[in-house]
Amino acid sequence: MLAVKNIGISFGALKAIDDVSFFAKEGQILTVIGPNGAGKTTLFNVISGVYVASHGSVELDGEDVTSLAPDALAARGMSRTFQNLQIFQRMTVAQNVMVGRHLKERRNLFADLLRLPSVGRQNRETREAALQLLDEVGLRDKADVLAGDLSYGGCKRLEIARALATGPRVLLLDEPAAGCNAVETEEIDRLICRVAEKGIAVVLVEHDMKLVMKISHRILVLDRGKFLAEGTPAEVRENPLVHQAYLGNRGAKEVQGA
Amino acid sequence: MSEFLQFFFSGLTVGAVYALVALGFTLIYNASDVVNFAQGEFVMLGGMVTVFVSAAGVPLPIAALVAVGVAVAVGLLLYWLAIEPARGASAVSIIIITIGASIFLKGAAQIAFDKQFHKLPSFSGDAPINVLGASVLSQSFWVLGGTAAAVLVLYVFLEKTLVGKAVLATSANRLAARLVGINTATIMALAFGGSAGIGAIAGILVTPITLTSYDVGTMMALKGFAAAMLGGMGNPLGAVVGGLLLGLLETMGAGYVSSTYKDGFAFVMILVILFAMPQGLLGRRTVDRV
Amino acid sequence: MTASLNNRYAILAALAVVIAILPFTFPSNYYLRVASLVWVSAFASIGLNVLMGKAGQVSLGHAAFFGIGAYAVAIGPAHLGLPSWASLAIGACISGLLAYLVGRPILRLKGHYLAIATLGFGVLVALVITTESRWTGGPDGMPVAKLTVFGWRIGTAYAWYWLSGAFLLVGAWIALNLDDTPTGRAFLALHDSEVAARVVGIDVAGLKLRAFVIAAVYASIAGSLLAMMNGFVNPDLAGFQHSVELVTMVVLGGLGSIVGSIVGAAVLVVLPQALTVFQEYENLMLGFIIIVSMVFMRDGIVPMASKLIARAR
Repeated sequence: MLAVKNIGISFGALKAIDDVSFFAKEGQILTVIGPNGAGKTTLFNVISGVYVASHGSVELDGEDVTSLAPDALAARGMSRTFQNLQIFQRMTVAQNVMVGRHLKERRNLFADLLRLPSVGRQNRETREAALQLLDEVGLRDKADVLAGDLSYGGCKRLEIARALATGPRVLLLDEPAAGCNAVETEEIDRLICRVAEKGIAVVLVEHDMKLVMKISHRILVLDRGKFLAEGTPAEVRENPLVHQAYLGNRGAKEVQGA
Repeated sequence: MSEFLQFFFSGLTVGAVYALVALGFTLIYNASDVVNFAQGEFVMLGGMVTVFVSAAGVPLPIAALVAVGVAVAVGLLLYWLAIEPARGASAVSIIIITIGASIFLKGAAQIAFDKQFHKLPSFSGDAPINVLGASVLSQSFWVLGGTAAAVLVLYVFLEKTLVGKAVLATSANRLAARLVGINTATIMALAFGGSAGIGAIAGILVTPITLTSYDVGTMMALKGFAAAMLGGMGNPLGAVVGGLLLGLLETMGAGYVSSTYKDGFAFVMILVILFAMPQGLLGRRTVDRV
Repeated sequence: MTASLNNRYAILAALAVVIAILPFTFPSNYYLRVASLVWVSAFASIGLNVLMGKAGQVSLGHAAFFGIGAYAVAIGPAHLGLPSWASLAIGACISGLLAYLVGRPILRLKGHYLAIATLGFGVLVALVITTESRWTGGPDGMPVAKLTVFGWRIGTAYAWYWLSGAFLLVGAWIALNLDDTPTGRAFLALHDSEVAARVVGIDVAGLKLRAFVIAAVYASIAGSLLAMMNGFVNPDLAGFQHSVELVTMVVLGGLGSIVGSIVGAAVLVVLPQALTVFQEYENLMLGFIIIVSMVFMRDGIVPMASKLIARAR
């Protein structure tokens, strides 16, 4: 579904990402891990069109989408959430998700300016769809609360609901469980599994190793912008290079000795 | 050829004034991220205060000093009364505040002085000097010399003194500067005061040539801003280069292309730069982190 | 702030009532003229609020479009023999088209770069108007033919009061309509987080452009109305100071608040009129209002008032 080939991006002299490739299949959860500064969010930003890659390509279902802007990618079925939360603070929870349905709505400026009856009908449909998604992420009862007033975990789930509203084939989740307590993390991991079961290719960036090991089908490890390892959770856990990157030489030896 | 040289010196002269205004902009922008529209009013105050104080019988040099003093005071008041209380507001809000301040100062000048044009005597007489066939006003040399001196002083101040380095630190990262003990509020006030002084000096130097009145500030600010953008917002050398280039462009344009649209060149320039290379000639590109 | 269905009609009803009743409180025609001026300025301000308050952009050159509309109804009848109402429509089209052409490159900029670019644009338009005196009468301006509709001349203070009031009601209705629509939600999204809006599929550049064009058309129509009302135009209508006044109306009243735009327009029109004794103090006062409102009432009068009322409950 999503094929990333030899992606690279530099900021000045700094190679933030250097020759990274991976594949994400429908219904599968691929998690990208790596020490801080490994370039995980940068990778997401490149794939989702927020940054422009210096070289390499991104293909969505065989189509080359490398230089497309985020809105064009959304139209082709790619959606994402943000590590530092980019919810629409001044809209209600329901409206946030309704905005996610933007591409599925018929948009006519004149109809909107004159508030023709079709607009009212469509509003109702969109709201229904939004409420259903809120149900899935467990925020239905907060539908008309201002998004800025939501709890941190709630905001994280809201972003996921909004990302799902676009009807994506590929979903990029940037640290969806960061800052969440154990209960919230549990809910989010079940949510992510449900999303993958629908056939969506999920690419995840996460630090919470328990979560990662539990739900990932495959794991990609980055270190300082470069590919380090890729494989099933079991394979990655035993990989000495991964030990070294996370724990340093001595730590790696300790783990391997154990 | 002599016509070209005429335009050249004329352009350099007015360019030097733009350079000083742009330098003032840059100083404030660097210290506080504020784009200060009232910059032009400091130029106006420099000229107008000197005119009126010397008309009251005070010798010209003293009047000029008084004018600079008044401008610096106004600059400090601007910072303390309008900018500091608005800290945290968006960049655009602050620009609007400085626009409001410039209109306020214009209104104050209108009442304190009058709406006429005023002139100051040239510092070294009215006799033009012959340079390679071009007839150059002696005042032009004062302007160019004054600008060069101001740039030099500013350079030495920023690079070689401790306070100057504090200004540079504040402009690089305000929070970090505070964390190392720099009193950023004082630095910012200093930047405003300093810019006001520079602007006033520019006004005093150029009034013998271009005359002054209560509303010269707006155009001056706009053109000084264009110059700063051309050179690269935030780069002092860029401000000077931008100012001189703008002055030359304007004068050459007025001379060879269209004199009725003389003022338009600066604004077309602003638009062209913003579309083609927003970082200006000597500025750096930045990337937004998400 | 979202206006639910009730809210929207309530605002329009209240506005209609105010417009209908006000003339009966006026002791002379002079007040009618001032009120008409407020309605016309509010019309322009509402348009600008769509750009600034809803879409979160800024335009420090907006008076350019106001001026284009004003000069359209001056030049059309005088130099081209066109009827006034047609010139108004043409002016609006020209403004819209110009906004569309200039908007694409300009709206790619952000923050103070955008502010300066729009400022430069505004100054250039004003400069052209001032300089092309064969068409525009130059710095001294030119007279404007009175509006005639189906043979009726609209000339009395009352006629202009009702006409400008009617335009304001329609303009407010359209702007309020936007709120609970895909376009309105897209605007809010754009304003809150541009990157998130893009990621959700919103064509951000196109959206900003649409807001810019809408605002331009509003300003142009307002300019045309003012010109026909006054019977005269001069380049100051397109000038930087007027652009600043328009922005102040929006900000003072409250970004994003349609009612706020009307209040802001009222303050900025009525105050100078009330203090005509102090003609010379106009600049001083405008500057003071701008500083005070941006420093102390950053959210604007109407939002602040709403908060106070909510807190008092």
